[in-house]
Amino acid sequence: MKLARIDYARPETLADAVKLLAGAGGDAKVIAGGQSLMPMLAFRLAAPKLLVDIGRLHDLKQIDVSPDGIELGALVRWRDIEDNETLARAHPLLAEAVRHVAHYQIRNRGTVGGSLAHADPAAEMPGIALTCDATIRVMGSAGERTIAARSFFTGPLMTALSSDEVVVGVRLSPWKPHRRWAFKEFARRKGDFALAGVALFYDTDAQGRALAPHIGAIGVSSTPVRLKACEAALDGSQVDAETIASVASLAAERLEIHDDIHAPADYRRALLQTLVERALRRAAGLKEFA
Amino acid sequence: MSTVVTRFTVNGAPVEVTVDARITLADCLRHELKLTGTHVGCEHGVCGACTVIVDGAAVRSCLMLAAQADSADIVTVEGLSEGDDLSPLQASFRKHHALQCGFCTPGILTTAHALLTQEPDADADRVREVLSGNICRCTGYVSIVEAILDARPAYATRERGR
Repeated sequence: MKLARIDYARPETLADAVKLLAGAGGDAKVIAGGQSLMPMLAFRLAAPKLLVDIGRLHDLKQIDVSPDGIELGALVRWRDIEDNETLARAHPLLAEAVRHVAHYQIRNRGTVGGSLAHADPAAEMPGIALTCDATIRVMGSAGERTIAARSFFTGPLMTALSSDEVVVGVRLSPWKPHRRWAFKEFARRKGDFALAGVALFYDTDAQGRALAPHIGAIGVSSTPVRLKACEAALDGSQVDAETIASVASLAAERLEIHDDIHAPADYRRALLQTLVERALRRAAGLKEFA
Repeated sequence: MSTVVTRFTVNGAPVEVTVDARITLADCLRHELKLTGTHVGCEHGVCGACTVIVDGAAVRSCLMLAAQADSADIVTVEGLSEGDDLSPLQASFRKHHALQCGFCTPGILTTAHALLTQEPDADADRVREVLSGNICRCTGYVSIVEAILDARPAYATRERGR
């Protein structure tokens, strides 16, 4: 469909963007790449009075890799991450996950900030943010604040952002050397939204036991989720085939997985378990298929 | 504010349009600039028929507002060839019978042109991966992949960028 009538503003500064949002009294949306918002507008699932285009806020296009961690500006595009070899070395899990985001043409425009703010439960970037305990920097009328990823995603397409706030960046902790990690997802066609996906990493002690595993999943709940039962079962264990199978069997525990038009709940539970098992096998250096 | 004035370049020519803010780049190209080679299929970013090249990158013109094209350099399917002569990529599509109804073809040509301009050595896997963003219901894709791979030599020697 065609979009409903709308006003459009393209501020030159972040302060002006926030002012425009605040002045719209909750009836405005931020647009950057537009790769999630434009379909919402076309279906008229969203019909705000005002679009605030932050595309000219060039300061938000930075990728910063330092010993303190990784900072991605809100306007960093998937293509920018794909092309950045420093980033791929600094955070291999992020780089691998981003390779699964959408199709070629969408990757050329879709942004990190847009994906976080849109908060699709099956999207990769929110899953990585949650799995890696990222912090999301936002700017609003009251100034800048940071929101932990675990508090940021509040429901399907819902976040902790206030109506006058805009995502300005996301910060990931530094990646430890020798860290074990994997990202696996399944979609019927490459680039489509995942039916389920798993991101995980852990460090190891001198005996090869897993320390502080982080295991997150996308596409299986109303938000990205951490698989706490799997994390607890893996923590301190030798990561062998037997442990992996038993950890994976806990994948769907404590999750309310529902039937939807894409897949029955049983299918998704089984898929999640399979993906956790394959991801752990990959991370441990085993053959993915038992 | 609901009307915007936008200036950009299309196929090398500067244009200025005054459009409703809600108008997508696809509709602006077709209705305001009469460049009807860009096709509109799904209007929500799934089919790829509306793909154009914006500042060297293939993008879906239905997922971009005309207002967002301000200052951009845009190439549509009309800009791929000079006059009535087919470009090497287009000639390869003809040679390999890489189209039937032709509705998806403009989006596939612009996508492939952007890809081979940036990655003239793209292999069959890469071509297939990129084509996953374009829906064709006639050909089964085999002939399209062959046509794109066969056009690669024309890009190997070409100046990068456009």
